[in-house]
Amino acid sequence: MSRRSVEYEVKQRPELGVDFRPLDGGPPAGVSAEPLLDSENMLINLGPQHPATHGVLRLVLELDGETVVRCIPHIGYLHSSFEKLGEYRTWNQIVTLTDRMDYLAPLIYNCAYVMAVEKMMGVEVTERCKVTRVIMMELDRIFSHLLWLGTWAIDVGAFTPFLYSFQEREKVYRLHEAYTGARITTSATRVGGMMADLPQGWAEGVREFAVGVIETLDEVEALLSTHAIHLGRTQDVGVISAEDAINCGFSGPNLRASGVPYDLRKDRPYYDYETYDFEVPIGENGDCYDRYLVRMEEMRQSVRILHQALDRLPDGPMDVDDPRVVLPTKTDLMNDMASMIHHFKLVMEGVKAPPGESYFAVEGSKGELGMYVVSAGGSKPIRWRVRPPSFVNLSVIPKLVEGGLLADVIMVNASLDIVLGEIDR
Amino acid sequence: MRGEDRMSDEMTTNSEGGGEAVTAGGRATPDAAEGVHPSVSALRDSFGDAVLRHEVVAGDEHVVFVGEENSFEILRWLRDEPDHLYNFLSDVTAVDYGEGRPIQVVYQLYSIPHRHALRVKVELPVSDLEIDSVVPLWQCANWLEREVYDMFGVNFRGHPDLRRILMPANYAEGHPLRKDFPLRGRFSRAEQTRRALAQEPEDHYVGTDFGPGRDPQVVPWPEIGGEPVPVRSPDSAEDES
Amino acid sequence: MSDTPRTSGSGLPGGLFGSGTPTFLTTKVDFVVNWSRRNSLWPMPFGTACCAIEMMASAASTHDLARFGMERMSFSPRQADVLICAGRVPYKLAPVLRRIWDQMPQPKWCVSMGACASSGGVFDAYSMVQGIDTIVPVDVYIPGCPPRPEALIYGLIMIQEKIRGETLAEHAANRFEDPAAVAQPIADAEGVAALSGPFGNSTNQNRTSGFVPAIPTERPRDRRP
Repeated sequence: MSRRSVEYEVKQRPELGVDFRPLDGGPPAGVSAEPLLDSENMLINLGPQHPATHGVLRLVLELDGETVVRCIPHIGYLHSSFEKLGEYRTWNQIVTLTDRMDYLAPLIYNCAYVMAVEKMMGVEVTERCKVTRVIMMELDRIFSHLLWLGTWAIDVGAFTPFLYSFQEREKVYRLHEAYTGARITTSATRVGGMMADLPQGWAEGVREFAVGVIETLDEVEALLSTHAIHLGRTQDVGVISAEDAINCGFSGPNLRASGVPYDLRKDRPYYDYETYDFEVPIGENGDCYDRYLVRMEEMRQSVRILHQALDRLPDGPMDVDDPRVVLPTKTDLMNDMASMIHHFKLVMEGVKAPPGESYFAVEGSKGELGMYVVSAGGSKPIRWRVRPPSFVNLSVIPKLVEGGLLADVIMVNASLDIVLGEIDR
Repeated sequence: MRGEDRMSDEMTTNSEGGGEAVTAGGRATPDAAEGVHPSVSALRDSFGDAVLRHEVVAGDEHVVFVGEENSFEILRWLRDEPDHLYNFLSDVTAVDYGEGRPIQVVYQLYSIPHRHALRVKVELPVSDLEIDSVVPLWQCANWLEREVYDMFGVNFRGHPDLRRILMPANYAEGHPLRKDFPLRGRFSRAEQTRRALAQEPEDHYVGTDFGPGRDPQVVPWPEIGGEPVPVRSPDSAEDES
Repeated sequence: MSDTPRTSGSGLPGGLFGSGTPTFLTTKVDFVVNWSRRNSLWPMPFGTACCAIEMMASAASTHDLARFGMERMSFSPRQADVLICAGRVPYKLAPVLRRIWDQMPQPKWCVSMGACASSGGVFDAYSMVQGIDTIVPVDVYIPGCPPRPEALIYGLIMIQEKIRGETLAEHAANRFEDPAAVAQPIADAEGVAALSGPFGNSTNQNRTSGFVPAIPTERPRDRRP
């Protein structure tokens, strides 16, 4: 960046009785002496290591003072070759990869992936499994929104809600751990069922959590929702209209905050979501504040679904009774020759899927999470494609921040609720 | 080889199984099923032979195959026709079946007002991976097509900013999701590490970061365009172990 | 520094800090310096993926990092002591990690948190660094995917124990960095290959641990060493 020379105009001040002349004999008298500062726009780099980018995101910002003139996002700093690895793993082994993409809501990814494979294979899971997966997905939706809430508050400038939301998240960590053994990387689902049946007392634990999280949400809303600084930083910031949002591929709470009533649980329902009684919050203005309100209300609606799902959780088998898909029980295995052969083939070769493909989309915590699986008739996929909601949501960020202030970049980024693990895969 | 698909061969890909089918799509549907999806018969009426094939997969998912030369027109028709109005582009991706077979570019479309979904596929020969970009129709295709270019090498004509998105801008090993690309890359780990760390800070800025007429001082890679460093000696097994 | 003997007031051979050998004064000064360093480490959280969430959980109320003096997470490397690399590092991020490490002033330590940072984890593929120890010198490795907050705290306590054993008499040997090594990988080509190679439970193990006699078992799919 070259420095240009500064030009002066000499302004005479007759009341002082002094005749100003520049040293180099500059312009004639009567011309103003105020310096005209010429400036260039500044190019700064936000990230990839930055506390407020929520991951390894890099934004190159061209600034005119505090105003953002251009924003160019760069991603790929967490590209972990998931889709390529998926082509070398059997259908059940890929479940362990799915936790690591959206590490804020791993159960949603686990469920979405096996739902796509089951659709492709034509496997229908049991009622207990369906309701359990609904419980898992709604639990992790709240789980993900709680982390969003904590980091959102930090970006606004309030540290306390972060501690409150992590306290609630610790309860969900314990529920994850009680069921799967791991706090974050759960790998709870398998093709045709789940990794195990629910432990005793687990459903009561979920109910306790569902009751307690409402109290925490009330406390945090009392702190934030009418706070002047919060309103000032989020209202009318990052506005996007409904038509633009649809065309740009927005989905999830971001899309609904702009007034578009599209929720995959209502419009493309799966697992009997049409029989659950819940509402989908729709915003009006499409600004950051509306996205905040939509997510807060979504957490409460998810609690409603959780209570209903826990009420209707049926007894019965968790896994489908298909020996080509699900391992037989140990008793059967030890007593029955056919079961032993099935067990051997499933362990040595993996679940074999017939040729086919499926694109299955669920309402993830960030938006439309699509899983596209293509099989050529073996135990490994030919292609496993994840349509990550945050990838498409983030691509809109230049449109939202250009013309705003630098501080608004942080708020818009936080309001999109991105997770770089699924963007970069 | 086909019987040996054991779990211990965890690193082999699946290209050995099911090699008979040209694509991994489902069975071709009888004509009666075409009326089940509202858009497919209307598409056949409007475009006739440009709609090459129609399949139903996974029970209720409709897939339409179109030729590359008509893809933009057909997708624009699907987006704009009032009865169909596929205003939401869920996904643009590609599938490489390996062994020289055509690469399919896949568009997942959804109509928010009418609540139906459609998949449109275009088959491109490996020697000529070019297709019209749909960014003028749906802006979300911008990054989605960049990723298909990065991972498969498909060139989208008319894309405003077609460059790598997930891999570094000077990535010299090829297009990772192609089936002829090995899992661990073409260069050795030492070479990958050396190249990763040899960048100057200015290399991290690409041309579009700057205004018109201002270029970054990119240090040119002498090896780009040259022969990549071979990873394995020619006589070792060609498996991904 | 320590090889130019100074006799400023102490009269001890080799000066106040000795020339490489501990003296009475050195051990007392060492004790105070190490105590203050280890109990006020400012971590530099280089969090990329799932391990970063567990690091955030460690800093939250239930597993509180503040009781170890590490409450103030320094996002500027210029003010940080410990680089906690939490998460997987692709080759695109490698120069960033190295740059952050170079920007940290001495004394500094590095913790590799999680399986991906230590060895590449589940990601033995084209884009992942197979262990950040090919790029930055690591002091403590914390296994886990992700490690529990208790495991992270254990690893940080190991750093504290390491600091307890340091001595100022060897300050120059430990803390002097070669300017030519800035932004370079710390391992040469063979080192990177050795650190990135298959080990552990890989089905393609053709390298013995050294604890058992090397009787190579030829399997058809073994890669040539």
